[in-house]
Amino acid sequence: MRYAMVIDTLKCVGCSDCVVACQTENNVPHGYCRDWITEAVSGSYPNVELELRSERCNHCDNAPCVRCCPTGASHIVEGGIVLVTANECIGCGACIESCPYDARYQHPDGYVDKCTFCHHRLEKGQLPACVSVCPTKCMYFGDLDNPNSEVSQLLKNRNYKTLAPEAGTNPHVFYLI
Amino acid sequence: MTTSRRKFIKISALGLGGLATTSSAFKMFGVNSYLDAVVKENVAKKFIRSATYCEVCFWKCAAWAYTDEEGDIKKIIGNEDDTHCNGRLCPRGTGGVGMYSDEDRLKTPLIRTTINGEETYREASWEEALDLIASKFKDVKEKYGPESFALLKHGSPGSHLEHLFKAYGSDTIAEPAYAQCRGPRETGFGLTFGSWIGSPEPTDIRDTKCLVLIGSHIGENMHNSQIQEMSDAIDNGATIITVDPRFSTAASKSKHWLAIKPATDIALLLSWMHVLIEEGLYNKNYVEKYTLGFEQLKAHVKQFTPEWAYGITTIKPEEIRKTARVMAAAAPSVIVHPGRHVTWYGDDSQRERAIAILNGLLGSWGNRGGFYFKESLKLPKYPHPEYPEPKWGWKEIGEKYPFAEMGITSELIKATLPNEDNKYPIKAWMVAGTNLINTLPQRDKTIEAINAVEFLVVIDTMPMEITGYADVVLPECTYLERYDDIRSATNRTPSIAVRVPAVKPKYNTKPAWWISKQIGDRLGLGDYFNYNDYEEVIEWQLNELGTSLDEMKKIGVKNFERKSGPLFLEEGQDHVFGTPSGKIEFYSHQLADKGFDAMPVYTPHPEPQQGFYRLNYGRSPMHTFSRTINNPNLSDLKSENTLWVNPKVARVLGLKKNQEVWLKNQDNIVSTFSIKVRVTERVRWDSVYMYHGFGHNNNKLSRAFGKGISDTELISQTVIDPLMGGTGLRGNFVSILTEDPHKNSEI
Repeated sequence: MRYAMVIDTLKCVGCSDCVVACQTENNVPHGYCRDWITEAVSGSYPNVELELRSERCNHCDNAPCVRCCPTGASHIVEGGIVLVTANECIGCGACIESCPYDARYQHPDGYVDKCTFCHHRLEKGQLPACVSVCPTKCMYFGDLDNPNSEVSQLLKNRNYKTLAPEAGTNPHVFYLI
Repeated sequence: MTTSRRKFIKISALGLGGLATTSSAFKMFGVNSYLDAVVKENVAKKFIRSATYCEVCFWKCAAWAYTDEEGDIKKIIGNEDDTHCNGRLCPRGTGGVGMYSDEDRLKTPLIRTTINGEETYREASWEEALDLIASKFKDVKEKYGPESFALLKHGSPGSHLEHLFKAYGSDTIAEPAYAQCRGPRETGFGLTFGSWIGSPEPTDIRDTKCLVLIGSHIGENMHNSQIQEMSDAIDNGATIITVDPRFSTAASKSKHWLAIKPATDIALLLSWMHVLIEEGLYNKNYVEKYTLGFEQLKAHVKQFTPEWAYGITTIKPEEIRKTARVMAAAAPSVIVHPGRHVTWYGDDSQRERAIAILNGLLGSWGNRGGFYFKESLKLPKYPHPEYPEPKWGWKEIGEKYPFAEMGITSELIKATLPNEDNKYPIKAWMVAGTNLINTLPQRDKTIEAINAVEFLVVIDTMPMEITGYADVVLPECTYLERYDDIRSATNRTPSIAVRVPAVKPKYNTKPAWWISKQIGDRLGLGDYFNYNDYEEVIEWQLNELGTSLDEMKKIGVKNFERKSGPLFLEEGQDHVFGTPSGKIEFYSHQLADKGFDAMPVYTPHPEPQQGFYRLNYGRSPMHTFSRTINNPNLSDLKSENTLWVNPKVARVLGLKKNQEVWLKNQDNIVSTFSIKVRVTERVRWDSVYMYHGFGHNNNKLSRAFGKGISDTELISQTVIDPLMGGTGLRGNFVSILTEDPHKNSEI
């Protein structure tokens, strides 16, 4: 079992529904977010290109946040999901500094928080909140170890990229381009 | 790639199910107190779900509101059986919970009063507020007649109050959704096809081969099923052509983006027609069978060559030819989209006519991948006495505009201004669910009219700018706290949806149906409100339709079989269109008879003078007009707008990213607040762009106050559509001020 998220940038309109769905699903306090939209514009008028991306924790295989965590609060569980145990977290912020994706934030209650791939929903056979709500259906979620899963098939048949590949983190959020 | 989404869900559920048999949540992730907390909070928690449909915009997606054991609404999820959303709400719908939780909501009735020479509001009981309003209704009726009391409205509260007004004897009713928004397209398509576009638009986007957007920014306007279908169309390899001076999100999804010079769309449309006809690419069988006036159209567009259009639109002739051929190759599976907010330059009904004619040439109306024949269910009318016949109403007020089919808000404003020659004097207003100050152009006229009315009552959930001008403010509860009319949707198949309160109304707030009934009872109109609770009305209607409130509470949405025939025309099928000739009217005798151009023509529009930029505006996907800016969930996503400026302009003016600037328009109107500069290649050098709805100046809105600029306050020039009275809003020009124009003045 290796969970991964695949996001089709050709369909994403950057509406932020994934952001607000995450906030209401996971009780993310106002002013914070576990996922966000990045808008990348290139070229010059009228030869312009625009890429909209829904971004979040990449649930890396080689996760710097886990390696640098002094207490072991940041850890990897089955399916490759990177989690933070709140009551083991001392809020030192080393993981926030180490993350090449800027995916973590300091929760007002003192611990570090981030995307969990909605593991509490996965347990019930539901998709992560962001994936389930997206009006463009540009987000896919599943098991990369299963070659027939939709995510495996998409990565097999489409061009894709990951973010900050130079960081060597082996991220598990993929962007179809 | 053929794996379907449905299949994927099955696979994932199986995979996870397999896991669950071998390990519980705790075993799977190890003993973990954080998880323990999460599980308690999210997994173990028992939610109660209530059927509703969204009121954050007009799309009215059916949804489930999830209430926790403490009676707090935690989340709102789309109803999977609903064709408006297919189980997926947009950010505003998902964030609709913020409408309920916003602590800045109106909490109790307010009555204007004077304390120590200063005007202020005092809190009042519902009894007192309603008595006062009823007495004003009586006064107006006695002094001027009931027609002089006007209703300006939007959304669900509007229909309840409309019933009250009609029972009282006033048909002086209008909503900005017509003359400030989609009116011209209904006129343009109505004259051509004999049928309104209506809402949701009957566009078969999911099956189209070619989608053409004329300034329509689907994806930034979150008209839910339209976006979903555009996404399906992208998956299916459809070609998107976007005509927009701005590189919109839709433009970025398009194979062809035509970066048109603003205000020249009709020239492009005419030259597309020219290419289709001159190159023989139009749908000949369709045109012959279903249309009227082709020869006249052919002669009319002969002169409008792509070379001619190039000089006007700045789009190269080869691009015009190429895109016309792409459309023709896809025809009849092609949609030249009518758009929605189309009050731009004053010749908007004629531009919509041109769009409609183009669709006629391509044969897309009534064909798969084009426009389908929509159908809705007629709701049984809850019995009440006949409405009295008013002496005049919205129709007479707008009589100058022969093709107006709804009240023209801006004409109601004029009829309110003191004028001895005014045959239709309006003396009092009720405003419900629409923030006229940030909706209507020419703010000075709106405020002049407000000053002229003898009485103004405002019904809203939030303290908006308009509420600050009211004599009485009535706090409506949100859509999550009330029953409302059954939503009968016009779609591929008819459907109904119900709105049931998820929780009791917070604060001292009430639903609009209750407010209408209370006022009605006080006016002796009790026969029109023959129920104690609106639940009874819905229950009766649902029973008439062969279902029940109990059933609808469980399913939220009910889809019905079509009764009007197939979605699309059969090959060679006869069809009578709703026009006078029964044909698709390329040449309109209706227009010619009234002295208008029978076929669209291009007329040049004013251009910015040196140092000025055309003010363009549009929707942010996270907000609906000005009404959601203060929503705590949605304000988190976007709390202020920015001024999009082309880098060339920024260089000339020395503007930096995030620099605070102010705007001054051609009439020397200066923005109340500042706005941050966004330097971007996505906008042309002759125009600037901002999201609509920001720049609130009511300081009761703790999150929205003073954030960004209101485009509306800078729209002081309008060009009126002579066909239906729409107000063209995109002929305003602004200069950019880098120094605070208010620094020596006190606000």
